[in-house]
Amino acid sequence: MGEDKATKAKRLKRITRTDILEFVMKGRVFFALIIVIAVFTLISPGFLNIANIIIMSKHVAIYAVLGIGMTFVMISGGIDLSVGSIVGLSAMIAGGLIDEGIQLNQFGLIVFPHTWMVIIITLFVGIVMGAINGLVITRFKVAPFIATLGMLYIARGFAGLRNNGYTFSNLIGKSEFGNKGFERLGAGNFLGISYSIWIMVVFAMVAFFVMTRLPFGRQVFAIGGNRRAAKLSGVRTNQIETIVYMISGFCSAMVGLIIASQLVAAHPATGTGFELTTIAAVVLGGTSLSGGRGSIGGTIIGAFVIGVLSDGLVILGFSTFLQNIIKGIVIIVAVVIDQIQISMQERLALQRQELK
Amino acid sequence: MSKATIVSNSSGSDTGIILRTENITKVFPGTVALDQVNYNIYHGKINVLVGENGAGKSTLMKILAGNEQCTKGRVILEGEEIHIRSPQDAMRYGIGIIYQELDLCPNMSIAENIFLAREVVHHGIIDKRTQQQHTSELIQRLEHKIDPSTLVSDLRIGAQQIVTIAKALAQDTRILVMDEPTSALSTTEVKVLFRVIYELKSHGITIVYISHKLDEVLQIGDCISVLRDGRLVAKEDVKNIDLHWIIEKMIGRKLETLFTRKKHKIGKVLLRAENITLPRVSGGYAVNHVSFELGKGEILGIYGLKGAGRSELLECLVGANPLATGKIWLGDQDIGDKTTLKRIQAGLVLVPEDRQRDGLVLTLSVTHNMILASLEKYLNRFRLYLVKNKEKKAVNTLIKELSIRVADPKNLVVSLSGGNQQKVVVAKGLLTNPKVLMLDEPTRGIDVGAKHEVFEIMENLAAQGYGILFVSSELKEILAMSDRILVMSKGTITSNFTAEEATEAKLINASVAGNGLENKGEQ
Repeated sequence: MGEDKATKAKRLKRITRTDILEFVMKGRVFFALIIVIAVFTLISPGFLNIANIIIMSKHVAIYAVLGIGMTFVMISGGIDLSVGSIVGLSAMIAGGLIDEGIQLNQFGLIVFPHTWMVIIITLFVGIVMGAINGLVITRFKVAPFIATLGMLYIARGFAGLRNNGYTFSNLIGKSEFGNKGFERLGAGNFLGISYSIWIMVVFAMVAFFVMTRLPFGRQVFAIGGNRRAAKLSGVRTNQIETIVYMISGFCSAMVGLIIASQLVAAHPATGTGFELTTIAAVVLGGTSLSGGRGSIGGTIIGAFVIGVLSDGLVILGFSTFLQNIIKGIVIIVAVVIDQIQISMQERLALQRQELK
Repeated sequence: MSKATIVSNSSGSDTGIILRTENITKVFPGTVALDQVNYNIYHGKINVLVGENGAGKSTLMKILAGNEQCTKGRVILEGEEIHIRSPQDAMRYGIGIIYQELDLCPNMSIAENIFLAREVVHHGIIDKRTQQQHTSELIQRLEHKIDPSTLVSDLRIGAQQIVTIAKALAQDTRILVMDEPTSALSTTEVKVLFRVIYELKSHGITIVYISHKLDEVLQIGDCISVLRDGRLVAKEDVKNIDLHWIIEKMIGRKLETLFTRKKHKIGKVLLRAENITLPRVSGGYAVNHVSFELGKGEILGIYGLKGAGRSELLECLVGANPLATGKIWLGDQDIGDKTTLKRIQAGLVLVPEDRQRDGLVLTLSVTHNMILASLEKYLNRFRLYLVKNKEKKAVNTLIKELSIRVADPKNLVVSLSGGNQQKVVVAKGLLTNPKVLMLDEPTRGIDVGAKHEVFEIMENLAAQGYGILFVSSELKEILAMSDRILVMSKGTITSNFTAEEATEAKLINASVAGNGLENKGEQ
């Protein structure tokens, strides 16, 4: 407007400096990842060998896929504690379908579905579990924490009940039943990269698109940011919220399949404790527990940090106790920095206003 | 802060100023809330502070109460500069404040509330009996008889007000600030409150009384200060002034230029509501069998006191309350049992009263807020995904049309000033292509200039054939803007005036109808 060149230049300079600061703060998880890898490589120069990278990336893929579902839930302002149990239940469902088939006793029949059908049925079970979470939360107004905590027990119970606590082993199927090839999901690779990583990449891309380009994604953000405003704007809050839990259930079932396939066995305790690691990855990625803020990209990087950290500490020979302490510190520091960033951004906004 | 200094100062200085501010300035994102305010509070008097919404009264008081820090300026208490950095600091200096929204914990008892964070402990254990005894004494001093163990949620608003006053007194308050204390009170409760205030004054407590109700101000005040657009424009002894003086000072010369309403034709009926009813959980009706019509190009104002059921009526119309019953036609379409989404699609849109609570998603950007209610308009040809360019075009058009001042639509909506935030909510509504726009207190908390713009927008929309329903508590707004005015009281429409026949007196009379006179709605 009416300002002379000197003040204008001053302002430009100032904004670029704060912009750099903002950029560093926004990319902090990414920088953290680089630092973690760098430190590990310094301590043990062989850290980044092919075998390690393959192991780590497989773990990362699991946390990332779970994290994608959890990101939807957490941006909508909820939380899903049942992911680990749904992982276990889906593994058991898939294992049972391959080893025992579907027993139709009244007809004296046993139907062995094709491998691809096993996968679809399992994913469907995951979606149904998520839908139950969503319906309990939206229809009966149960707090997400409680509803999914209940589901954590229920799904784990069913996982044990499925084979009385025993493992379904040797999930390779039989060629005469036409259900061979399940192990390929975990062991196979495309262009030298394992399927689980491709699944992560595809899920991440789809989720990113859904979050940024579909009305659904916008509405998830709106619900997490301000439920009442979203509702008055015509957002079908109950429906969207239910779908969000269905996505999380779907992602959990996918992970159950991947793990069962990697181990060629399904154990009822598969995925125990995954919910907390997943939440840690999502929070590390900058998603707010109170909803309305977060991103898929952040979650993927968060999953990398958690995965690299946990595997790296094992590879470097840290004791389990030390591992836990370090992980705990990293999570808390990440959230502390997150809070600092929020207040800093507010201050910056104020500063810019005052300059005008 | 010894007793001696207090005595010497209050007796020694002839002005009797207990606290004054020097050039207090407070900048919020986008607005200067206070601009070099020199405000005096006189010892042992009832100091009245008036001003329009957004004039800066509440901000000034928040600074004195330690809830906000001033950008520039000094606060001087009895000749010494003080720094009030927190509510605890303010308390230590003897400044107590009672906010418009009473800050009590409804789930706790009166005694627990009064001694919150200052519990009387005996060996680390709360001494309940002493607390209750002190509470009883305080309440009695305020001429009330309430059991100190009563839950605050079980008290009427008037009684809750007394509890907050007791809470302030329990902290040895010397300066008691009351921000709109009567806005939720009935006439009898106001009388009781005034008695309490006189009682406090006779005990040497300095009162700062903030109110919109100018007749009250004239009745109770000793000296008056007027804030306008963040500046202190006048101060005077109340005995020397009258109502006209206050209004003149509050509004300033902008009175003539602010509201100019062109006449225009009103078309056929757009919105028809019949027997809209919303039962209250506690019995009675929040909205009691309300029926009305709204024509094309008409601006229909709804006036009433707080709690008259105006906002509830709008919520019923937009389908936000599942308990609501009644018939609603938009044009020929019956939308009475449709969801909020369907009603929005049919062309009925609400700009809610509390924009931060109901209107905006504060974690999102201006763009994302604006397009939230009309997302399906920006899908690509196959209706699969959102197209950024379409969003941008729509957002930029409205930013220009409503002259929203925003550096970049990608900025978070919280970074805008109140008036611009309000325009974002209006823009969100307009992007749904409505036929009827409902605005609930559209000028609440925004500055005079922005108000003017909001009115201009309303007027333009009406001229374009929109039907506009707007709720306001401000008499002059509603008188200036409306083609027709409905007055609500206790959930029912008590009067229906055309712009020509409506006067302030008539509206006020109609707005208190049913208060104590007839109780149709309370069965």
